[in-house]
Amino acid sequence: MKYIPNIIFTLLLIGGVSFFASNVKKLIRNIKLGIDVDRSDQKKLRLSNMIRIALGQSKMVTRPIAGILHIIVYVGFILINIELLEIIVDGILGTHRVFFPLGGLYNYLIGVFETLAFLVLATVIIFWIRRNALNIKRFVTLQGWSKQDGNNILYFEVVLMLLFLTMNAADYQLQILGAHHYAKPGGIAGAFPISSWLIHPLLEGLSEGTLIIVERTAWWLHIFGILTFLNYLYFSKHLHILLAFPNVYYADLKPKGHLNNLEAVTKEVQLMMDPEADPYAAPAENADDISPAKFGASDVQDLNWVQLMNAYSCTECGRCTSSCPANLTGKKLSPRKIMMDTRDRLEEVGKNIDANKGEFKDDGKQLLGDYISKEELWACTTCNACVEECPISISPLSIIMDMRRYLVMEESAAPTELNGMMSNIENNGAPWPYNQMDRLNWVDE
Amino acid sequence: MSEQIKVPVMADCFAQGKQPEILFWVGSAGSFDDRAKKISRAFVKILNKANVDFAVLGTEESCTGDIAKRAGNEFLFQMQAVTNIEILNAYEVKRIVTCDPHSFNCLKNEYPNLGGTYEVLHHTQFIDELIKSGRLKVEGDTYKGKRITFHDPCYLGRSNNEYNAPRNVLANTNADLVEMKRNKQTALCCGAGGAQMFKEPEKGDKDINILRTEDALATKPNIIATGCPYCNTMLTDGVKNKEKEAEIAVLDIAELIANS
Repeated sequence: MKYIPNIIFTLLLIGGVSFFASNVKKLIRNIKLGIDVDRSDQKKLRLSNMIRIALGQSKMVTRPIAGILHIIVYVGFILINIELLEIIVDGILGTHRVFFPLGGLYNYLIGVFETLAFLVLATVIIFWIRRNALNIKRFVTLQGWSKQDGNNILYFEVVLMLLFLTMNAADYQLQILGAHHYAKPGGIAGAFPISSWLIHPLLEGLSEGTLIIVERTAWWLHIFGILTFLNYLYFSKHLHILLAFPNVYYADLKPKGHLNNLEAVTKEVQLMMDPEADPYAAPAENADDISPAKFGASDVQDLNWVQLMNAYSCTECGRCTSSCPANLTGKKLSPRKIMMDTRDRLEEVGKNIDANKGEFKDDGKQLLGDYISKEELWACTTCNACVEECPISISPLSIIMDMRRYLVMEESAAPTELNGMMSNIENNGAPWPYNQMDRLNWVDE
Repeated sequence: MSEQIKVPVMADCFAQGKQPEILFWVGSAGSFDDRAKKISRAFVKILNKANVDFAVLGTEESCTGDIAKRAGNEFLFQMQAVTNIEILNAYEVKRIVTCDPHSFNCLKNEYPNLGGTYEVLHHTQFIDELIKSGRLKVEGDTYKGKRITFHDPCYLGRSNNEYNAPRNVLANTNADLVEMKRNKQTALCCGAGGAQMFKEPEKGDKDINILRTEDALATKPNIIATGCPYCNTMLTDGVKNKEKEAEIAVLDIAELIANS
């Protein structure tokens, strides 16, 4: 009987972690549905970008208010997780504050965690006000699940922090009362700079038995809450807390203006320009030479895996959309929506694969048209404002460009005026209908 | 007809066995657009004044293909690129300067992988270099007391991280440089990029060039300085729309320096 809590705890932990792991496996499988792109170069630069941009949050502070508040929650989140380690060890072994022998350092750490928990609590309240009460356009424009998801995370944080502080306050009172299992020979274990005034006064009159119930309930709910949070991640925009790191690491390192040259097109162009080439030659034997089924992207499987990872990493903060010239002037295009649509479609494709025993069955839908409209794609000025803004190096622009390529090269569905411009380039080497022989006339005008 | 300018052509230089120091890539806008042609002429005036040994491809130049690429037509882009690269390589071109940030970006970033590797400069970078090396002197008080605001072209700024060269050059004019609220990394696009120049905008509540012109007007400038022929057109239209063309000039940095 004595070990029942330890066993329940261990099973809960294993259950929570393995459910999360199975979702991570699914996540990786979905990301791998994308086409391959080599990002194994310049490892040093990639690592330093990851440290600076993801770990160091360097791009967050370009908007100082949101940036600094975010750093508080981020630091709080990471450091309080050290305390989680003790909770797990206590849970498995049935000990109480197993790291107490660290002495002064231990008290210092618990004190810091409490302070951080308080700061996180305050920040999360400010975040909630920003999201729901202030008229900030990038939040007002979030609807339905996206809005709910953003708030859910904040509620989670509030509950977890309050449980943590309640657990500490009850523990503190139990130690004062000298309760068995709680009291330590060398004095009070831990320092409670926040819970001692925020919650402790509410508990002072309670009996030892009630206090133990309060402490145990808070302890169990806290660890249960953390496991729930962990498993909520997969279904939420909050995956960025994990994916921001690989996302920054594998980002495109070329200048933002560089748009990749499609290799398949290069091969075709070489063939066209080669006077020796035999247009009727039988295709080469080896499979590598076969051109891809299509140019550009009409669905998520045509995008590369980094673009798909981008979609899962997006936190829907909307900095991209709030700086997009098309969006600022009332056009339909929103770079954030491009990322959200890509993720939604990818999830749909993933579920389709799950339901059909590992094979994707055509569902008559695709990213182009069913999620992202031509009108959105053609409104982009390729100005790179969205790419510049993203705090974790996502490129909505690259998806827009791949989809434009599909529209033009596979469907010949460019706007009429652009077709005119392109035939001019083809015929006379300029976007306007002027003769190439007149290219030097400006000198004498 | 305005002041005589000297524009050597690459084919002639080659026939005479000369290898110019730099190739001036005029670009389609610089060759054919009435407003941009003035920018090309102004830049040549600077090159002539600084005795730069340069040449143009002339009738052998063709569109870089950048606009086609941004419109999604990779085929057309690569056809154009391969054709141009063949000519550039035949003349053993090493350095290229252009007044168009779109050509600059395309030649610099997208040609190498197709066999055309050159050192490519935007004209503001080259002018900055001429001034710093003492080859070009900017004197006079033409712009003294004038307020100039510079609009960053996306394909020079965000796309290639060049924010200083145009500002360095402008600093030589004795004018008061004023920044728009959205500048450098956060500069707003003029609305012409990504092939938008050649089509009607999608439905919205405002045109992008108007919004950007409002950014510029908020600085109460006498002159809006540009570094891209397309930005110049968009902002000129914006200023006209606001009926401010009598008070505010939209000028390329090359024009500002050539006239100083």
